[in-house]
Amino acid sequence: MTTEQTRTHAINMSSLGRDEQKNTSEKEETCIEVKDLNLFYSNKQALYGVNMKMPKKKVTAYIGPSGCGKSTLLRCINRMNDLVDNVRIDGQILLDGENIYAKSVNVADLRRRVGMVFQKPNPFPKSIYENVAYGLRIQGINDRAILDEVVEKSLRGAALWDEMKDRLQDNALGMSGGQQQRLVIARAIAIEPEVILLDEPASALDPISTLKIEELINELKETYTIVIVTHNMQQAARVSDYTAFMYMGELIEFGSTNELFTNPTKKQTEDYITGRYG
Amino acid sequence: MIKQWFKSGEPWVWLNAAAVSANLILVVGLFTLIAVRGLGHFWPAQVVEYGYKDKDGIATVIVGEVVDTVVLSAQQAKDANYEILAGGDSLEQRLIKTGNRDTTGMDFHWIEQQRISGETYPADMLVVERREWGNFYGRLVAVKEQGKTIASGAQAWPIAEQKLQTALELFEEIDKMQQKDVGAINYALERLRLKQKKLQLKNQWDDNAKQELAAQEAEYKQQYQSLQGELAKLNEKIALDSIVVKEASGKEVEIPMSKTVRIYQPNEMNVFAKILHYGEKVVEFVSDDPREANTEGGIFPAIFGTVMMVMVMAVIVTPLGVVAAVYMREYAKQGFLTRLIRIAVNNLAGVPSIVYGVFGLGFFVYILGGNIDRLFFPESLPAPVFGTPGLLWSSLTLALLTLPVVIVSTEEGLSRIPKAIREGSLALGATKAETLWRTILPMASPAIMTGLILAVARAAGEVAPLMLVGVVKLAPTLPLDGNFPYMHFDRKFMHLGFHIYDVGFQSPNVEAARPLVYSTALLLVLVIIGLNMTAISIRNHLREKYRALDN
Repeated sequence: MTTEQTRTHAINMSSLGRDEQKNTSEKEETCIEVKDLNLFYSNKQALYGVNMKMPKKKVTAYIGPSGCGKSTLLRCINRMNDLVDNVRIDGQILLDGENIYAKSVNVADLRRRVGMVFQKPNPFPKSIYENVAYGLRIQGINDRAILDEVVEKSLRGAALWDEMKDRLQDNALGMSGGQQQRLVIARAIAIEPEVILLDEPASALDPISTLKIEELINELKETYTIVIVTHNMQQAARVSDYTAFMYMGELIEFGSTNELFTNPTKKQTEDYITGRYG
Repeated sequence: MIKQWFKSGEPWVWLNAAAVSANLILVVGLFTLIAVRGLGHFWPAQVVEYGYKDKDGIATVIVGEVVDTVVLSAQQAKDANYEILAGGDSLEQRLIKTGNRDTTGMDFHWIEQQRISGETYPADMLVVERREWGNFYGRLVAVKEQGKTIASGAQAWPIAEQKLQTALELFEEIDKMQQKDVGAINYALERLRLKQKKLQLKNQWDDNAKQELAAQEAEYKQQYQSLQGELAKLNEKIALDSIVVKEASGKEVEIPMSKTVRIYQPNEMNVFAKILHYGEKVVEFVSDDPREANTEGGIFPAIFGTVMMVMVMAVIVTPLGVVAAVYMREYAKQGFLTRLIRIAVNNLAGVPSIVYGVFGLGFFVYILGGNIDRLFFPESLPAPVFGTPGLLWSSLTLALLTLPVVIVSTEEGLSRIPKAIREGSLALGATKAETLWRTILPMASPAIMTGLILAVARAAGEVAPLMLVGVVKLAPTLPLDGNFPYMHFDRKFMHLGFHIYDVGFQSPNVEAARPLVYSTALLLVLVIIGLNMTAISIRNHLREKYRALDN
């Protein structure tokens, strides 16, 4: 396939995706809108003209085979890709109608609004308390009373408070993997973002910890808009309201989870969810 | 069979073990040698009395401590033009420390064992450690006060000990007064003089200033006068007492108490007395100022100077190295230029240290120091303040010397921190600088400490560059004292490494200095071990605290 062809293909695909969204976007308030997003690593294109609207206070899942660009797309939403050398991004991502790639946007402020949890738990080598308070301390909040309150609230929010309330001063690295991942979520919600991005948050965890994380996602969507990348289709089906299927850097299909899993409109989607490739 | 054995890898294990043992033996051997030689020096040796008949057949009595023994074979002795008396097949020579330099001209003698006719260890043999002219060996005859004998014979010894005690107390008082009080007044007067010159240079030397300064000067002068009066009184008091000692030749010598450090009768001492004496000497060695061209007394200023210089160096090199490493690893674009800089930094570690010394002298002392003097200290010209070798320039030169080590290990530490930690911090809305400051640098601190440990180890043992940029044989004042501004970065200082060189190879009295070379070397090693241990314990503590993510 030549580049020219790929382009046309991508545009076709994305326009189709847009049609599909219509029925959903009418009912829901849009939180994040991706418009004609192309991303290049040096000369290699990783995302082809992605268009989608993610509704507020819902869980959107990205599924697709390895290397399809779902993590890359996720990392565009809080501009984590800025850290990669030689990356070039065309197009727009609107957060509450405001382009996050505009020149006037302060990246640190954006990341405060869009929190992120990574594949592997990455607590800082500090106490549990300091891990949760980190984001606030960055903002210059050092008032003990405020910190205490936020730490408790966040740990409760991440279903960790009852386990950890007597161990707040212990080193976070002494916790189990599942606990660490929930701590990282607590750390993210401590700064009260609007959106939480989860990049395969349960892939390094055992089944019981995974279950806990999934329960937690269900609770969190009351307050936050959540975008989750997952390899696990059952997980996507369990936790998400909307699902996007990506393949080779393109958004193939996007719609409500129920519809996408029971009645996919694209052959590729059907092949993937029935396990024919990927 | 042999082939099988080689294949099993066994020979390699043996080879490695052998290499490790060889290293261990070398280190332990080195340490033992300097420890034994260095520490043995302080043990009170027996004083021997020899009846001796020299080559010309003249009979004498030789008194002293046996320092060294050399045995020559008959052939060697003949080649060296020594005569071997009847019946001998070898020649034993002994080096005797006979002291009494003021009466005999030299305090070490080589004698031949074959010419000794009698060997005794008289219990009443007295060793007088003096502030000048070295030890005196002889028998106590009398104690005098104001020239009159107050005790002699058997009663003399206890009285002499008592008198020495008072004399030592007086001496300490005088010394303290001279060093501290008189020193402070001199320092203040010098500052006044500089102030006057400064005002004159600025054309502000009017009547007001004149009066003010004159008043201050008068006050200091008055203080000085009263101090001088007190000092004179004390000096008079200390000069009253003296002891009379008879040396082996029968000649009686009067030694004033004010010139005496210690008197003892080693042949009569028991083990406990000797241990006590030994302890005193060791304490003196590490805590006192040197005497007699550095061959007697202590080396405290050298220890102090070494530690001080290393600490100032550490304070300079750590931030400089860390900042450079952070820039190269975190901010600079990784490319050809960065690689080039990294290679240059690594090569900098291989530049011979004397080259740094030359650079330090040319750049720091002459250019930087000279300009500082012209700009900030015009009043003291032509006498230099910073335009001469000193503590600051030494520390800066050594900081430059050890900079590569700190940069390399800090970079190493930074590169080992997982990407996930950085991303985690950035995802919480921290800027790059905040991430560095709050998370990355604390996590890299054990690596920074490792760099510092290596830097300290290298800097503390470095002598060559220091000879050009600040070390001296004898510094009259410490770089840290009670006179404002307390820390005198412009002063020259003493250093253990240079002290070893100076005592060992520049001393007028080789025999007396030799044991001190070992003692000083031992102390230098101990100081470096001490500095390193401190740094290592800090590092281990940090390592425990910022244990990196393993899983």
